[in-house]
Amino acid sequence: MLNSIASAGRRVLPNQWDLIAFAAIMAVLTAVAQSYHGISAPLPTANEPVVSLDYSNLPYYALRTALRMFAALAASLVFTFTYATLAAKSRRAEMVLIPVLDILQSVPILGFLSFTVTFFLGLFPGNTLGAELAAIFAIFTSQAWNMAFSLYQSLRTVPRDLDEVARGFRLTGWQKFWQLEAPFSMPGLIWNTMMSMSGGWFFVVASEAITVGDTTITLPGVGSYIAKANDEGNWSAIGAAVLTMAIVILLYDQLLFRPIVAWADKFKVELSESEVVGSSWVLNLLQRTYWVRLGARPVFEALRAISLLPIRFPRALQARSSEEEQHPSRIADALWILAILAVAAWATWLTVSYIATEANWDEVLHVLVLTIYTLIRVLLLILLATIIWVPISVWIGLRPRWAEAIQPIAQFLAAFPVNLLFGATVSLVLAFNLNTNIWLSFLIIFGTQWYIVFNTIGGAAAFPNDLREAATNFRVHGWQWWTQVMIPGVAPYYLTGAITASGGSWNASIVAEYVKWKDHTVTAQGVGSYIAEATDKGDFPKIVLGVAMMSIFVTLLNRLFWRQLYAYAERRLRL
Amino acid sequence: MLDTAVTTLLNVDKVSQVFTTGSGENRKPVLDNVSMSLKAGEIVALLGRSGCGKSTLLRIISGLIHPTEGTIAISGEEVTGPAKDVAMVFQSFALFPWLDVLDNVEIGPRANGVPLDETRQRALKAIDTIGLDGFESAYPKELSGGMRQRVGFARALVMQPKILLMDEPFSALDVLTAETLRTDLLDLWQEGRMPIKSILMVTHNIEEAVLMSDRILVLSSNPGRIASEISVTIPHPRDRLDPDFRALVDRIYALMTQRPDPTKHPAPATSLGLAMSLPLVSTNSLAGMLEEIAAPPYNGKADLPHLADSLALEIDDLFPLGETLQLLKLAEFEEGDIKLTPLGQRFVDMDIDQRKKVLGEQLLANIPLASHIKRVLDERPSHRAPATRFREELEDYMSEDYADRTLRAIINLGRYGELFAYDENAQTFSYENPQ
Repeated sequence: MLNSIASAGRRVLPNQWDLIAFAAIMAVLTAVAQSYHGISAPLPTANEPVVSLDYSNLPYYALRTALRMFAALAASLVFTFTYATLAAKSRRAEMVLIPVLDILQSVPILGFLSFTVTFFLGLFPGNTLGAELAAIFAIFTSQAWNMAFSLYQSLRTVPRDLDEVARGFRLTGWQKFWQLEAPFSMPGLIWNTMMSMSGGWFFVVASEAITVGDTTITLPGVGSYIAKANDEGNWSAIGAAVLTMAIVILLYDQLLFRPIVAWADKFKVELSESEVVGSSWVLNLLQRTYWVRLGARPVFEALRAISLLPIRFPRALQARSSEEEQHPSRIADALWILAILAVAAWATWLTVSYIATEANWDEVLHVLVLTIYTLIRVLLLILLATIIWVPISVWIGLRPRWAEAIQPIAQFLAAFPVNLLFGATVSLVLAFNLNTNIWLSFLIIFGTQWYIVFNTIGGAAAFPNDLREAATNFRVHGWQWWTQVMIPGVAPYYLTGAITASGGSWNASIVAEYVKWKDHTVTAQGVGSYIAEATDKGDFPKIVLGVAMMSIFVTLLNRLFWRQLYAYAERRLRL
Repeated sequence: MLDTAVTTLLNVDKVSQVFTTGSGENRKPVLDNVSMSLKAGEIVALLGRSGCGKSTLLRIISGLIHPTEGTIAISGEEVTGPAKDVAMVFQSFALFPWLDVLDNVEIGPRANGVPLDETRQRALKAIDTIGLDGFESAYPKELSGGMRQRVGFARALVMQPKILLMDEPFSALDVLTAETLRTDLLDLWQEGRMPIKSILMVTHNIEEAVLMSDRILVLSSNPGRIASEISVTIPHPRDRLDPDFRALVDRIYALMTQRPDPTKHPAPATSLGLAMSLPLVSTNSLAGMLEEIAAPPYNGKADLPHLADSLALEIDDLFPLGETLQLLKLAEFEEGDIKLTPLGQRFVDMDIDQRKKVLGEQLLANIPLASHIKRVLDERPSHRAPATRFREELEDYMSEDYADRTLRAIINLGRYGELFAYDENAQTFSYENPQ
C-alpha cells in the first residue's frame, strides 16, 4: 500500500525532461506572440526604413522568416489534404487535378511572384498582411505540389488487404481516412515535406524584398536584410545573415523534422524491423518526459475519438468501388472531358490574348531564343556538376565513415538559400571584369548541385557489398569499373538528384541571371533575366510570356528527357 | 422454410464474376455459376489452385465485391455491401502497423459505435481466448508471424460474427507455427469457445482442408466452378497418418489433376490452340522434378502427396510443374500419381545440349504458341516480330494477366530450347543471339 503511494507520488513529479520540454514550448509560444504584432502592422511608407543592418535585429528577423516558413507549411498541408484526397477519391476530379498539378510543378514560381504580390496587396490595401501573404504564397507554391503528389500516390497505393479490412469492418470514409489512409501516407508525405522545405528557404528569402514596377515590398526578415546589405555592399552584415540563416535551418531540422521523421517510422507498412531507424534527441526527450506525455494523452485520446466519428463522405467521394471502376458512364465521361477541354481552350485564349497586348511574334521568337540560352546553361551546368561531383560523391559514398559525416552537410547545403550570396558573388564578377554570360551561369547550379551530391552519396553507400567484392574479385577496374559497375549502380539515385537539381536551376535562373550589387545591375542573356527585368519594370504581359515559355520548356524537358531516363533506370538498373 | 432460414447461414446462389478490362471488353469469367451454402456448426473449405477465383468468392461473400450475377444471402438477408455478420482473417494478416495489438483488435467495434467499455471488455476477452495475453501493447512489427495471425483472429472474433471467413490464414506461416495455430483454432471450435456459428476457409493446401473441415468444395480453374463436393467424416482429432486420412488426400489429388473433360466445355474451334494458357515455371525445376521422379524411391512413378512432401512444394508449385511436363509429354498424371513417359526417362540421362534439343522439339510439337511464333519468324524477311503481336492474339482468348504470364512462360521455355531469342528492351522475338 505504502509502496504504491510512494511510487505514485514519484511518478507525478515532473522529471528533468519535462522542464526542458516546458521551457522549449513556452519559448515557442512567446516568440509567436511577439511576432504577431509585427505581422498585422500597417504598411510602412516608401522612405521609412523597414530593415536595419543592426546585428541585434537579426534574431527577430530570423524568427519572422522562420514563421513565414511555418505558415506556408501549414497552408501546404491543408492544400495537400484536400487536393490530393479529392484527386485520389474521385475519378473525374483526378482527370483534371493530376495533370494540373503536373504542370504547376514545372512552373517557375519566382516568375509569378509579381502577380501574387499585386494580388495579395490588393486584398489588404495599406497593410503588411498582404505582403506577408504574398511571401507565404511563394513558399507555399514551392512545397505544395510535391506534397500533394506524394499524398496522392500514397492514397492510390494503400495495400489492398488493409483496405479490405477497413471496408469489411464498415469504416466510414472519415474513419477509413484517419485510421488507414492518412497513417499509411505519413512517411512519404513527411519525407517530401522535408525535401520541399529545403527548397522553400530559397523562396522565402527571394520573396521578402521584391520590387514590382513602382511598388517595393520589404518584409522584415533575413532575406530583406541581405537585400539591404547587398545594396550597401556591407560584407560583415552579409556574413552575419548567412550565419543566422544557417542556425535557423539547423534548428528547423533538429527541432521539427528529425523528431517527426523518427516518429513517422512507425507508420511504415513493411512488417519487418527496418535496419536503419531514424533517431532524434528531441523525440527521445519528449518520449521520456512524464508530464508532457500525461498532458498529451487526453489530446491523443480525443483525436482518436474524433478520427473514429462515424462521418460519411458524400457519395462522390466514397472510395471508388470496384463496380464503379468497372462500369464508368461513358456519356458522362465524354461530357466531362468536353467541359475540361472547353475551359482549357478558354484559358489558353485568355493567356495568349493577354500576351498579345504587348508582344508580337518577334518578341515570342526573342523569348524562345532566350529560353534556349537558359536551357543550354542549365544542361551544361548539370553536366559539369555531374562530371565533378559524381566521382567525388561515389568516393565518399563507398567510405561509410565519410558518407555519414558528409551526407548531412550536403543536405544542409541544398537547403541553404544561396541566393543570399548572389550579390556578393557578383561583386567578384565586377571586380575582375568577367564575362557575365559565362560567369553568372555558375550561380544557377550553386544551390542545386548538392542534390546531386547527397543523392549520389546515398546511392554509392547503398551499393551492395557483394557486387563490389565481385568486381574486385574479377579485377574489374578503371573505365570498365565505372561504366559497368558503379555508374549503373548509382544511376537511379543520381537521376533523382539531377531531376531535382534541374527543376531548381530553372527557378534559380530568374534570380541568377539578373543580380544587383550596390548600384550595379548585372545580367546574363536568358529567359531568367528577361522575366526578372520585366518584373522590375512591372511589365506583366512580358512576365506571362517569359513564364509561359519557361514552363513549356521545363515540362518538355521533364517529359522527354528526365522521365524517360528515370523510367529506364528504374526498370533496368534498380538493384 | 423457417427451418432452413435458421440452419442455413449462408446461401450463395448462381454467382458469376467477370472482370472487365480498361477497354471495357468482357474477359473470361473468374467465377462461373457458383452455388453453395453453409450451415450453422460446420467448417467448410474452398479448395483450389491459385487463380481459381476462391479468394474472389470469399470477397463476394463478405460483401467486399459485388458479383456480376447471382446473389448472396446471410441468414436469409441479401448482402449488398460489406456484410455485418461476417469477419475475415487474411493471409497477409493485414494488421495496421501503426496500431498496437489492443487498438488493432478494438478498431472494428469502435468504428461501429460499440460503447468504449463494452469494446474494451470484448477485446480483452478475445485477446484472452486466442492466447495473446500480455501482448496488448505490442506493435505488429514486434511480433512473430504466428502471433500476428493470432491478432488477426482476435480482431475478427471481437466482431462476434456469425461466419468467420478465412483466406488462406496459415499459408504465410512456417510449417510448425501453422500446425500450432490450426490445432489451437480447432480446439477452440470444438469447445465452442468462439462466438461464431460457422467457418468458411479458403485454402490451396489439401491436407489442411482434410484436417480441418467437415466439407470440402473443390474449385476448378479458369473459370472457377465447383468441381466436386467431398464430406469429411473422419472424427476429430484427425491424424494425418490415419489410412482414411491418406486415402482422402490421395483421392483429392487425383480429382485435382484430372484432365478437364473436353466434351463439357469445348475450346473455341478457331483458336489454333492459342487458348492454352501456360504456367510460369523454371526449366531447372522441370528438370529437377523429372530427376526426382526417376530416382529411388519413386523409380519413374511418384505418389503426388509424397512427392509434394519430399520436394517441399505446395500444390500451387507442384501442379504447374506437373502440368508443364504433361504438356511436353515428358510425364503424365495418373490417378493421383505422376509417371514419367519413356521420353521423360531418357531426358533424365541426357546432357544439357541434348536436353535443350528435346525440349525445343517438344515445344514445337505440343505447344501451339511456340510453333506459331516460329512460323511467324520464318515468314518474315527480317525474322523479327514484336511481342505485342502475340500478346494481342492471346488476349482474344484469356485475360491480360494470363496472356502476359503465358508469353513470359513461352519466352522462358523457348530461350531454353533455343527456338528463338527475345530482346526485353525492344520487346521483340528474333533468331539473333549475340555472336
